[in-house]
Amino acid sequence: MTAAVGRRFVGVVSRHVFLILICLSVLYPLWFIVSTALKSNAAYQLDPTGFPTHPTLASLRTIVVDQPLPRWMWNSLLVTASSVGASTLMALLAAYAAVFGRFRGHKVFLSTSVALMVVPPVTLLVPMFVLMVNTGWINHLQSVIVFYTGLLVPFAVFFLTNFFRTVPQELIEAASVEGAKPFAVLRRIVLPMSGAAAFTLVVVQSIWVWNELLIALVFLQNDQARTLMAGLAQFQGRYSTNQPVILAGALLSILPVVVLYLSGQRFFVRGLTAGIGK
Amino acid sequence: MGFAFGYPLVQVVRESFYAGSFDQPIWVGLDNYKGVIADPEFRQSLYNNLKLMLTVPIMLGLGLLIALVLNDRIRGMRQYQALVFLPYILPATAIGLAFSFLLQEQGVLNTFLRDVHLGFLAQDWIGSSTWSIVSVGGLVVWQQLGFAVVVFAAALLAIPPETAEAARIDGANWWQLQFRVLVPQIRPIIELLTVIQVITVLSWVFNYVYILTAGGPGYASSVMELYIWRSFSNGSDGTAASVAVMLLGMAGVLIGVSLWVRRRTSAGPA
Repeated sequence: MTAAVGRRFVGVVSRHVFLILICLSVLYPLWFIVSTALKSNAAYQLDPTGFPTHPTLASLRTIVVDQPLPRWMWNSLLVTASSVGASTLMALLAAYAAVFGRFRGHKVFLSTSVALMVVPPVTLLVPMFVLMVNTGWINHLQSVIVFYTGLLVPFAVFFLTNFFRTVPQELIEAASVEGAKPFAVLRRIVLPMSGAAAFTLVVVQSIWVWNELLIALVFLQNDQARTLMAGLAQFQGRYSTNQPVILAGALLSILPVVVLYLSGQRFFVRGLTAGIGK
Repeated sequence: MGFAFGYPLVQVVRESFYAGSFDQPIWVGLDNYKGVIADPEFRQSLYNNLKLMLTVPIMLGLGLLIALVLNDRIRGMRQYQALVFLPYILPATAIGLAFSFLLQEQGVLNTFLRDVHLGFLAQDWIGSSTWSIVSVGGLVVWQQLGFAVVVFAAALLAIPPETAEAARIDGANWWQLQFRVLVPQIRPIIELLTVIQVITVLSWVFNYVYILTAGGPGYASSVMELYIWRSFSNGSDGTAASVAVMLLGMAGVLIGVSLWVRRRTSAGPA
């Protein structure tokens, strides 16, 4: 009996040790960002890994004051809000029509959406760039907003269709029988039920847009027009001798994402794994 | 969708047969493709994408192991899972910057290795043509591991507990229980995630490479996305377009596979 208990104890402990090791390797780079961002460059040069014994906000102040960083953050916010808003709205209408309206070809439409979800955006880059040059939108935020919106729609349609399928068809039929128009049904019955699903979708898409680099890098080449990620990528060359400043920028770009994650962790996990199905 | 996908998809194929700047295109037929295939930089990029595929089994294997351990209803399971998932949502740009400092020749990793008398393992992780792509792979695994863990953990949770109970009564030990009973039940999910990750390392690793190594030294750690970006930045739109078409073809095959696996997953007995 004691031997069995002992073996069980060893098993539990070794599992925790394994998991703690994994968590440490996850956390260490993040700790490195935070601790370095709070050091002066001199302190960092002296001891890159040490605990920030004299924490200073100097590096953070440098990037906020000397750089167009607030501007980049604002651009990122604007781009994220408008492309996620537009794509969610379009996908909401499309998915609603496909599930409840069953318009002609809704099956083709849905499987096209699934296929487009996996098209690598880099393959669309060159023609879209040419198009944006012709319309004069290069270096203007609307170029990336339009592109992101288009890229987000397929996943949004896929996600919302899956959700709408769980809404009982009888509810919709009952409302229609009583004479409610399709838009009234959407507004009064379907939307109030979709709160959690829509929130999940918005959160997941916002993270995607906030983190996107390649398209922003190519379309926004003017310092005032950059998004935060595209701007951050420029830091490498600009501050190559002052790593605390670079990581202070990195910290500011991570912070909103982490706050969002901590406030709605369930939504994240559900939304980001939705593409996998059950 | 027609605007964001339809137009550029048609256009990219058309452009791949032209050379010169986009306001004065010159028809060159298949010359772009021939030029690309003969270019050692492209070959190296393609080869690196293939190398990165090695991260898929590493990541899925490790992810599966973590999910299985979590599945033992271990105390703090939710907290562990939340932590492991965290890197997946963070901007690769910011993470890449941190890793580029950690992995420098005089960076934290090498200092640590020397301190614990494993100095012979220290490498120039970013500056060496052998190791730079390995570093990129390491970063990919670090960031995406949590995704595999969460997907596998959810799949394991969906298995009825009686299955494991029955196996335990029959005297199966832990490893037998995991790999003979539980893992086979989530096989469809493993297959699906494999396809998704292969598509990812083929076509969605630009951020990591651009920030960590910029494809260097030279083009030793370049990938196809970076090659497209580079030729495009140099004004060779036709070259960029032809690589984009090839990448699209490869992704297309994988999309076909993924649809097939997905169908089997939803129709299968699991």
